[in-house]
Amino acid sequence: MALEWTSVLSFLIDGLMLGFVFGVAAMGLTLIWGVMDVINLAHGPIIALSMFGVYLLMGALGLGNPYPALLLVTLLALPVGMGIYYIAVHRVIDAPHLSSLLATYSVNMMLMGVMNAVFGGAPRNIEFSLGSIKLFGGAITIPTARVVAALAAVLIAAALYAFLYRTRLGRYIRAVTDNRDAAELVGVPSTTILALSFGLGVLLAAFAGGLIATIFPFTIFDGGRYELKSFVIGVLGGLGNPIGSLFGGLVLGLIEGIVPMFLETSWTPVIEFALFVLILLVRPTGLFGGKS
Amino acid sequence: MSQRKPALPPAFRLADFWPALPGRHWANWALPLLVVLGLGFFPLLTGKDVHRETMFTLLRAVVMAVSLNIILGYTGYVSFGHVVFFGLGGYVGFYLVAVQGRSLWEALLAGGLAAGLLAWLIGIGILRLRGAYFALVTIGVNEAVKAFIQNFDPFGGPLGLTMNFAVYKAYGGPRAMLQMTYYVLLVLAVLAVLLAYAVRTSKFGLGLLSIREDEDAAEVMGVVTPMAKTWAFVLSAVLPGMLGALFFFRNGSIEPHEAFPLHLSIEAIVMVMLGGQGTVLGPVLGAAGYQAMRAFLLTNRYLKDIQLTVSGALLLLIVLFIPAGLIGWLRRRFPASRRVLL
Repeated sequence: MALEWTSVLSFLIDGLMLGFVFGVAAMGLTLIWGVMDVINLAHGPIIALSMFGVYLLMGALGLGNPYPALLLVTLLALPVGMGIYYIAVHRVIDAPHLSSLLATYSVNMMLMGVMNAVFGGAPRNIEFSLGSIKLFGGAITIPTARVVAALAAVLIAAALYAFLYRTRLGRYIRAVTDNRDAAELVGVPSTTILALSFGLGVLLAAFAGGLIATIFPFTIFDGGRYELKSFVIGVLGGLGNPIGSLFGGLVLGLIEGIVPMFLETSWTPVIEFALFVLILLVRPTGLFGGKS
Repeated sequence: MSQRKPALPPAFRLADFWPALPGRHWANWALPLLVVLGLGFFPLLTGKDVHRETMFTLLRAVVMAVSLNIILGYTGYVSFGHVVFFGLGGYVGFYLVAVQGRSLWEALLAGGLAAGLLAWLIGIGILRLRGAYFALVTIGVNEAVKAFIQNFDPFGGPLGLTMNFAVYKAYGGPRAMLQMTYYVLLVLAVLAVLLAYAVRTSKFGLGLLSIREDEDAAEVMGVVTPMAKTWAFVLSAVLPGMLGALFFFRNGSIEPHEAFPLHLSIEAIVMVMLGGQGTVLGPVLGAAGYQAMRAFLLTNRYLKDIQLTVSGALLLLIVLFIPAGLIGWLRRRFPASRRVLL
């Protein structure tokens, strides 16, 4: 198969940039799993909700670009996430997995029901343009919005890392992750920390959702697709290892960039999910190690 | 003296699957059976086709919920991919009838076998996985199988397959076929309840219950947990496989989105939770109750748009406040009922 090197390169660049953004979504999922052993099945609707939030808020603010709206939605996501924790998760935090899975899934159903009633299933698109960047004398064009999204994804990952390793609250979160009982014994307010971690996970999901909305058109059902991607990435990078998710996102981005060169695009999910199942079976802690 | 062979892990004997544990009241199996038969024969008494179709959907839910309960309620493993067995059985059965020209009975058998085989293969793989990892794998398997079939040309790819209606002639024409497949479904529902009862009250089932309570302790007490989990998974997969073959034979067409809807798995979980996980009667009542509630919400002028939200809120309330479900709650509240309700 004769492949133009420029098209190979643009596939790869595109895949890598999207990989960063998907990686941030997965980070939210895996942070929550790491801290409290809960898989947040409301992840997808939160991503979708954030997409619509950015879309509506941008219209309300009347600005030419979605980034201020994105920032506001992201900040709002933290109290929303903490609210979800106190209402739905806190009572079942020590119950068997079945309970927490079902509790977060019930939040998923409620959010989907409301969004379905309010927004319907029609696709939306955030209309704005930042132009595009041309490389190699125009051989490769990259939409600037994607570059911005990828940069923002890297930035928030760095911010999360700094927060977890350079602040007192971050140290509390890591302590609760390691051993909740011991953390409580030395005076860490574990309930607040759990709620905060859940809020942070939701915040990351919302941030990623807003970024995706600046790149692709979306419907309320797209959250589910990105939730599944987050599962795959989270498992690739190691569940409970937020920074590993960024690399998991890169791996997924590479797969999405490379597979269409050899097979029809419709085979991509087959390969992704086969890889997902395989990794869970062979190395459930992920490629980059995680919490076992 | 020759070297001694390492002892093989003790396998299950057939007798372990027999519902033989002592202290069982006859109502334990009679009650769920009566409910299923009562629901099943109701449309035959009224003779209305509308009732029959309503009950077809309800009995389908009963088979899904009761079979899911074996892995979810007895063993304590959350499967979000129960519908994969329904879809795979449906595709295999449909392919045999529509393309190979085999009979419905062969399709039913093949559908059940295919689903059981898939469950066995997954089971072999997941022996070491516990809890949430298992739940994730089941989501992944469902998506992988769906994505694969969308690309699999013999099964029609994304467009699926359709049945030539002449096939129904062998079953007395489309009208008679609808009636006949209803009876077959009723048989499947009865089989599901009997299987659930047999597993629940057998030595094998006792092993599953002990895995649910504490897997390490079960292992120490001599339950071969990987084997028990695998067989529980296979047993819960066979009937949905047969159900899929039957459903899509009746439907006349099959396509990937119809065969693997994730929400069907979730609804089955809600039904099991509603009625009481780990009981025999619970999932039957849960399936009936959930379908009745859904019908009410969908026809209610104010609630039909937020039907999903109401179901979600209901699920959350059950999970937070009555995690044992209706039957579990009754058993706890009225200890005298424990002899009769299971």
